[in-house]
Amino acid sequence: MQQVITENKKAFMTGNETAAWAALASGADVMFGYPITPQNEIMHYWTRLAPQYGRGFLQTEDEISAGFTVCGAVQSGKKAFTATAGPGNVLMQEPFGMAEGMRLPLLAIIQQRGGPSSGTVVYSQQEVALTTFGGNGEGWRIVYSTATHQEIYDYVIKGFNTAWKYRFPTFILGDGYQAKMREPLELYDPETRGIKMIDTYPLIGLDGSITAAEREPQHLCNIYSLEEELYDVVLKNTAEYESISPEIVEYEERQCEDAEIIILSHGVVSRAADDAVKALRAQGIKAGYFRPITLRPYPEKELRAAIAQSGAKKLLIAESAYGQFYRLTRQEIYGETVKMENLFMPGVGIIDYDIISKVKSIL
Amino acid sequence: MQMVAPATPKSWYLPTKPHKFCPGCGHGIVLKALGDVIDELEIQDRTIFGCDIGCSLLSWDFFACDSTQTHHGRTTPVMVGIKRARPELITIGYMGDGGGYSIGSQHLLNAAVRNEKVTLILVNNTNYGMTGGQMAPTTLPGQKTETTPFGRDPELTGYPTKGPEFIAQLTPDSAYVARATVSKYNQLRRFIRNALRNQIEGNGFSFVEVLSTCPTNWRTNAQQTWHFLEDEMEHYFPVGELKNPFGKGGK
Repeated sequence: MQQVITENKKAFMTGNETAAWAALASGADVMFGYPITPQNEIMHYWTRLAPQYGRGFLQTEDEISAGFTVCGAVQSGKKAFTATAGPGNVLMQEPFGMAEGMRLPLLAIIQQRGGPSSGTVVYSQQEVALTTFGGNGEGWRIVYSTATHQEIYDYVIKGFNTAWKYRFPTFILGDGYQAKMREPLELYDPETRGIKMIDTYPLIGLDGSITAAEREPQHLCNIYSLEEELYDVVLKNTAEYESISPEIVEYEERQCEDAEIIILSHGVVSRAADDAVKALRAQGIKAGYFRPITLRPYPEKELRAAIAQSGAKKLLIAESAYGQFYRLTRQEIYGETVKMENLFMPGVGIIDYDIISKVKSIL
Repeated sequence: MQMVAPATPKSWYLPTKPHKFCPGCGHGIVLKALGDVIDELEIQDRTIFGCDIGCSLLSWDFFACDSTQTHHGRTTPVMVGIKRARPELITIGYMGDGGGYSIGSQHLLNAAVRNEKVTLILVNNTNYGMTGGQMAPTTLPGQKTETTPFGRDPELTGYPTKGPEFIAQLTPDSAYVARATVSKYNQLRRFIRNALRNQIEGNGFSFVEVLSTCPTNWRTNAQQTWHFLEDEMEHYFPVGELKNPFGKGGK
């Protein structure tokens, strides 16, 4: 496959353009997509860049179809992906469920917009519950919540490898701010950073002749006749998900050692939290910073350890949603006695000032 | 007297035979014809068979071909994804009238408009069989089902969907569109062969609706079953090729 980035390149671009470049650099073969704001420019850049590198694209009739065509393409052994947002993310829960049930290496980039319903086309962190535990399954998903354009680039590359290595559907959870704003980042070829892109392989349409008895036909199953059959599959996949989780979990932690209050955030809000912690420290307030990068699997042990080590009396959860990240966190650290405070600003941005004011009002 | 067993297609997956369809169901006949054609065209090693949810799901391990399964109505986009990613494969989507004409109608319609180079076989038995005999888009006027217990009233629920007719209107001349019936086996086989040949030659979309039987949900005996198929269904849904890039009488 033709090399896309021949040497490290400084760039100043939107998050959507970044995502398209990252998919190209990852060796993605084909994108299936349907227009919805704020992810459209991922398609716009992909449709211009992909033909130069022999990659494919199809604009499908809806998000349901975009998700299922990705399922078909990855089954046939091709690195395929999609991108969506908001109501499109709702529709894609159906194919995402198929990817969970059949362990398909699907990659989806989600640029969150306001909800519920059509909400706004702008920004939110309200697709956390949907992206982590949507569908009629058990949440066998890997969800990276990015905060910067460099991370969008890094985690799209990493996400393809995660999906194909572990065969759980993998999500890059961004938002409308990250999608639309421009900021500097460095584009690179994964191989030059020692990142080996995992070779894809087909689940159907395998080499070898069935008629010449060189191999058995593949019958991929999606629906089971007996309760016990499904039970065994669910237990097996859950055990596998749990066993690989420690390898996948990622988080950031700063100045929690002596913190009286730990500010917990994810995604783009963590940038405000980082600034807030610096400002509070400068004013003599012992604040700490903790940010899960993976929302699924959640850095549960690491957060518990940070709480225990600091002896913090309070956690402040800041999110651009009305408690989705809070509830996710609460179930993960059940039993902790630290008081959980919240700053819920659904569908609007959070800046350092909002967090600093909140901290001062509760300390 | 010596019993003569009907020849089994080589492409059938024998460990799953006898199959699990109800006695008198037409699926076995459609899948026999499809198996015969896969053998004849020698495409078993490069065929991907994909089935829908509904009675068609019982065919998930029917063939000794690589096969996949998805959700109700979503076989079309899965087959499109496979074909777009691996054009050298022959993709056959197998679905019922509910999956194709109701919940998956937007996929069928748009795949036809895009002239996707896949073959779809849709079995029309005028009801949702697997879920217990509810009204389908193809239920005939006056026909009793679990959700039309007093007979389908077109004033309330419209007239039966005529799939091949609307697909013929949506597709270019390179598409193949036909309606077959399990009561005319040789014709059924010929239509399926033409549909697959159309994909093999890379011409365009190919679609065969097959009129089929459901004595379990129709609550009919053998004679009544055949009467409903040949006299009621075939009267309402004309059998024949609506679009054939190979010309009339194409073999």
